Amino acid sequence: MRHHLILRVVTKLLVGTIILFALYVQFHGDYSPGGGFQAGVIMAVAFILYGIVFSLAKVQQVFPPWLVHKLVALGVLIYAGTGVYSLLTGYNYLDYTALNPSYPEYGQERGILLVEFGVGVTVTGVMVAVYYAFAARTPVISDEEW
Amino acid sequence: MFQEFTWEFIVGHMNYWLFIVLMMTGLYVVVARGNLVKKLVGLNIFQVSVFMLYISVGKVTGGTAPIFPTDMKIDPDVIYSNPLPHVLILTAIVVGIATTSLALALIVRIREAYDTIEEAGILEIESAICREENRIHGEAMGGRG
Amino acid sequence: MLVITALAVVRTRSLFAVVMLSGVFSLLSALLLVTLDAVDVAFTEAAVGAGISTVLMLSTLALTTRHERPSGASPAIPLFVVLVVGAALFYGTLDMPNFGSAEAPAMQHVYPEYMERAPHEIGIPNVVTAILASYRGYDTLGETAVVFTAGVGVLLLLSGLRRRRREDGDDDDDEEKEEERGQG
Repeated sequence: MRHHLILRVVTKLLVGTIILFALYVQFHGDYSPGGGFQAGVIMAVAFILYGIVFSLAKVQQVFPPWLVHKLVALGVLIYAGTGVYSLLTGYNYLDYTALNPSYPEYGQERGILLVEFGVGVTVTGVMVAVYYAFAARTPVISDEEW
Repeated sequence: MFQEFTWEFIVGHMNYWLFIVLMMTGLYVVVARGNLVKKLVGLNIFQVSVFMLYISVGKVTGGTAPIFPTDMKIDPDVIYSNPLPHVLILTAIVVGIATTSLALALIVRIREAYDTIEEAGILEIESAICREENRIHGEAMGGRG
Repeated sequence: MLVITALAVVRTRSLFAVVMLSGVFSLLSALLLVTLDAVDVAFTEAAVGAGISTVLMLSTLALTTRHERPSGASPAIPLFVVLVVGAALFYGTLDMPNFGSAEAPAMQHVYPEYMERAPHEIGIPNVVTAILASYRGYDTLGETAVVFTAGVGVLLLLSGLRRRRREDGDDDDDEEKEEERGQG
């Protein structure tokens, strides 16, 4: 991919926009179609695009594999942790009124934001980790045969 | 049974039949083709058509997407489509991508172990291994007897 | 158009074309889902099916072959099976309600209740997210666990030392040992 100048320039411009769009979709999941899964996939696509056009080594400098593996587990922990926090404050598991006992409606909003954030983090981590696993293998078909 | 096939009935059920045709095409690809990647694509087609069948059950004529206006002033005359199938299918799509990625990883490992991803080729290699093992096993039993 | 794409997948022998066709199929189905008022689902299907799925399948093709070898078996039995299953499904849909009817059983019981309760109890405009994250939050927890398990499974399958890139040999060994220690 050393020769494709247009691809490299366009990718450098696009990756920032894609990450911004992913964050927009994540936090506007309450008001428009979106939410955790879609945002996670879009964020992962930004890193995968960078990894395809530049090399795998470069994207692993920005987003190292050990960080990806930690993120995969962190998302599930955030989700389950919200439930456990509700348990510890005396409500049922995953009862969002524990997050704001005086105004249950605001508690629901906070709970949904937290939970969707956990989901988004896990989905990003899993997609990027799967891509790293596939791309780290020696390809059987060389670049010129395509 | 065929008295009830009025025009209204046919138009009302056309979507189900269309999605059944798509499902059967996907199923045919899974059953009839030998290449593992192609089987996976067929499975994907089958999956997506099942999703669309399910969601078409939840649509109401004259309805709109189940999202209220931002200021939450809900017009009581507006009909919303049923959001429950959407929730179920969202989960199903994500589970589908999880199984697809696992299947692709398995295909890569199979290629490394057997050097082919055609079903016929894999069965051939497996049966050759079985014959070899039976022969060795038979010789061991015969030798001891 | 969806049917044409699906039939093309059956006939094509070049696997690269098959993967591209599956991406096209996902995109077309996302469009159809928008007309069925399922905007969240269309968003997810377009992102997942036409994005991630295509990328991963292309990576798999780069690690395996590019063409399908024709199988010698006759298509009679699969065709028969497919026709029988299709007929059974067709017989099943004769009892289903018409497309878009508001008196269907799927529209009773829980659906009006959720649409009335959601604005007061949860107060966010997107009802699908409200149901997904609040009313049915357990299911979403299970689904996140499924995604996590799939990620762990792929990492276990594909992080063997054989066939790793030979660029930085020692680093690969260290990372493998660290992963094993982390999973143990």
